Amino acid sequence: MICLRSIDRPKTDRHPYNLTLSTLPKTNTHISPIHSPPIYPSTHPPIHSMSRLTKTLTPYLLAAPQTLVFLLFLVFPIVLIFIVSFWQFNGYSMTPAFTTDNYMAIFTSKVSFLTYLNTFKYVLLVWFFCLAIAFPVAYFLAFCIESQAVQIALFLICTIPFWTSNIIRMISWIPLLGKEGLVNQFLINLGVINAPLEFLLYSDFAIVLAMVHLFTFFMIAPIFNSMMRIDRNLIAAARDMGASGFEVLKEVILPLTAPGIAIGSIFVVTLVMGEFVTVQLMGGGQSASVGKLIQTQIGSLQYPLAAANAVILLIVTLILVAAILRVVDIRKEL
Amino acid sequence: MKRQSLSFYLLAAFFALFVLFLYGPMFTIFILSLQGPEGGLTFPMKGFSFYWLGQVFQEQRVGNFTDAFGRSLLLSFIVLTVSIAVSVMAGLAFRRRFAGSTTLFYLTISSLVVPSVLVSLGIGIAFQVLGLQTDWFSSGLGAQLTWTVPFAFLIMIGVFNRFNPSYEEAARDLGAGNLSTFREVVLPLIAPSLIGVGLLAFTLSYDEFTRTSLVSGQYNTLPLEIFGMTTNVTSPALYALGTLTTAFSFAVIASALTAYQFFSRKQRG
Repeated sequence: MICLRSIDRPKTDRHPYNLTLSTLPKTNTHISPIHSPPIYPSTHPPIHSMSRLTKTLTPYLLAAPQTLVFLLFLVFPIVLIFIVSFWQFNGYSMTPAFTTDNYMAIFTSKVSFLTYLNTFKYVLLVWFFCLAIAFPVAYFLAFCIESQAVQIALFLICTIPFWTSNIIRMISWIPLLGKEGLVNQFLINLGVINAPLEFLLYSDFAIVLAMVHLFTFFMIAPIFNSMMRIDRNLIAAARDMGASGFEVLKEVILPLTAPGIAIGSIFVVTLVMGEFVTVQLMGGGQSASVGKLIQTQIGSLQYPLAAANAVILLIVTLILVAAILRVVDIRKEL
Repeated sequence: MKRQSLSFYLLAAFFALFVLFLYGPMFTIFILSLQGPEGGLTFPMKGFSFYWLGQVFQEQRVGNFTDAFGRSLLLSFIVLTVSIAVSVMAGLAFRRRFAGSTTLFYLTISSLVVPSVLVSLGIGIAFQVLGLQTDWFSSGLGAQLTWTVPFAFLIMIGVFNRFNPSYEEAARDLGAGNLSTFREVVLPLIAPSLIGVGLLAFTLSYDEFTRTSLVSGQYNTLPLEIFGMTTNVTSPALYALGTLTTAFSFAVIASALTAYQFFSRKQRG
């Protein structure tokens, strides 16, 4: 913790991290759309009534396209998923009707129970490893690097893989982990093992490894963002009061970084919950997750069943997100 | 040179390991895509050649990569344009209070929280119920916007938070109308940030798989094409394709950074 030397770095407004994901909005100064009720200019004399009308209408017109995008492509589809989850279906089509069969089928099936359990396992493992990697990495970047140029360069190094295709990044593990892959060749040449390890590829291990590889950045960026906003004077003050490095970490840095950890956790949890590509590619068809289950059901045109699973998946995800928000108040961060 | 503490070296080592973890696998496929014509998907290398890089462009061997690339590129540009336009407008709107702003704010954020497979399934079902054909430029576009617009919006809110409104007041005092104030004053000032938003929207769209997968219709975007290839291409051509698309991503980042610097310098005068 003796790394904490960048105490009086000036807090610049126009930071070059603007280019990255870490630009979650800064604290509201001019606007606070969340908590304040709308206020209309009612005390004006009615002379400029025309321009006042346009002035009142302008924000609505400006916000309309975005509202439309989300109504059309988010709200409407989710409402339809909910409706269709109560429909009937047979081998080739679905019929508008009301039935709870789809939900009953899911709740009474041992297979879907195990699939949900398996998904939670992935969520927990991926979340844990992402956090375990992201926290020290963000800490190193935020507190141990003095020069801002070096800091930006190192942060960019972490972001660059994020810009390349996820699927390419996934298949790039295959020549490493396969039966004849580098890791096995290396271990056999060393004489550590006699036969290639089979669990490396097409296994839960490979799935978790690939997801951690894909998603750690979603954890690093918000944690780094939170750490950069910690007033360095607080740390100096804690040290002056005789706090040890570990105490500074526990009493100052960790509480102030908690919102960033929460945002990163929400990202990782929701990404893993709906994931099916990694599960398919790295699991080699042996492993299951809810996302994969939904995809399979769509493939066999069982839309109502897929929709019912989607509703449950959404509810479970929202419960997880709500749980995270209960533990940590992220409003400070937005 | 100041003496560094032990914890510095430990953390630096951890960081180095992390970078190795990030880049190691990618470099192995770059190297493997330079296999000789006889080479396979794993080491050892059997010669060195650009054979597999050439194979990518041979339509009969690796599916239709060039068409998919063209579609992805076009779609990414549409997504980029729409995301910037929509989020700048919303960002401007959020500088004033209006009824429903809280709802819209949370609606936008919740789009990031909804598992991606749900968006895909929902839009697919919606198009089916409405009797519409899914296509990459309609349902695919919509699906991608639910992912790119929230990010763009969050950045724009941040940008406008730091924006000094007195510049606009000055412009208005000089007699500029709303539109010309925006064009002459606001736009040049936010231009560097727009490059960032654009780059983010572009790459998010260019690589987007899950949200697009069920709703792209008849023609694949590039990630979907690559995914299809993973099941039926068993030659280093697959890695060559990976190398090429990654090189393209890097070219996009580099040009965006150049443009960013250009606009920033212009702004400083």
